Amino acid sequence: MSIAVLEADEITKSFGATPALRGARIRLERGEVVAVMGPSGSGKSTLLHCLAGIFPPDSGAVRYDGRRLDQLGDTERTRLRRTDFGFVFQFGQLVPELTALDNVALPLLLAGVHRREAYTRAATWFPRLDLDGLSGRRTGELSGGQAQRVAVGRAMVSGPKVLFADEPTGSLDSLSGEKVMDLIVDTARAEGTSVLLVTHDARVAAYADREVTVRDGLVATPVVAS
Amino acid sequence: MNVPTTLLGLLEPEPSHGYELKREYDTLFGGDTRPLSFGQLYGTLARLERDGQIAMHGPEQGEGPERKRYVITTNGVGQLERWLAEPERPEPMLQATLYAKVVLALLSNRPAAEYLDAQRAAHHARMRELTTLRRTGPLRQALLADYGLFHLEADLRWIDLTTARLDQLRKEISR
Repeated sequence: MSIAVLEADEITKSFGATPALRGARIRLERGEVVAVMGPSGSGKSTLLHCLAGIFPPDSGAVRYDGRRLDQLGDTERTRLRRTDFGFVFQFGQLVPELTALDNVALPLLLAGVHRREAYTRAATWFPRLDLDGLSGRRTGELSGGQAQRVAVGRAMVSGPKVLFADEPTGSLDSLSGEKVMDLIVDTARAEGTSVLLVTHDARVAAYADREVTVRDGLVATPVVAS
Repeated sequence: MNVPTTLLGLLEPEPSHGYELKREYDTLFGGDTRPLSFGQLYGTLARLERDGQIAMHGPEQGEGPERKRYVITTNGVGQLERWLAEPERPEPMLQATLYAKVVLALLSNRPAAEYLDAQRAAHHARMRELTTLRRTGPLRQALLADYGLFHLEADLRWIDLTTARLDQLRKEISR
């Protein structure tokens, strides 16, 4: 079997006495878009956080490109998140004091890319985001859908290997949500980025190559549709 | 609504008389608006007998012709098994069929949650096809695909809610 870009093997995670993950397993292949579905409280967001190295599991292994992600220290995981992973969340991820262009350039600046190059690269994303002419606006001057497309640009600008999207359309109307999902899937396919998409929305999950369901802290065995 | 297979499902736990079948069918599936007519009931039972899926016993001594008892055959059980386990083609307005499958699976202690999982997977697969159509075709095709997607999404929400309520439903309908 080839090396998965990202893999969780029997991971557990509890918050106090409450188990959130109870031996979850999942594989994400290179270039694959996988939707993680499940009821509220099933553990799907915890699974995303463990896979992304935001916090380590209590037991089990998380492998990124064959390397044990869960055994890295905080600093190393933070560096990896900055260089190899991108994130799109439902709310509140843009810096409101900055313009849309500043927000997209931010990951490049934090990674040490020269300021001029960072802004040039960030600016090339605006036509792809369908935000031509809006790069100078502060994020509060954008609609919810526009702001979320800026967030996708910020997540993708540094060419991540894996994009983590947690309910990326959760606060948007149907049409804005579709534009955000079209953007995520089209740019991920174009860049060869794998996507782990956490959603409770079946229409959003239908953008994925396959979906898995998390129930009671476990990834349910997939049923193959006939 | 698949009346013949539903009747097989009602006959599997125990043999029954025609009028009992009608009463049970109407209670579980007919509601106030869709009772099963006696003509449809006996016509369907005759076809099921002709096809070897049920057998007729009686009438027992002292009982009139309406007291015939209907018994499911091995063939009938096989037909019921296949129907329950086979996901329906995902399309709008499936509720009555899916509901009947859930009720009959619970009545016979079959794995209703697994049947719902299979149906959920079939729905997701169809939604992926429709999403591809929507993203690649002209707007008129996208709008038709959207119509299908919203209906399938409603089915899925029902499937999820029903999965969460199977234990409660089992208690409610157990005889």
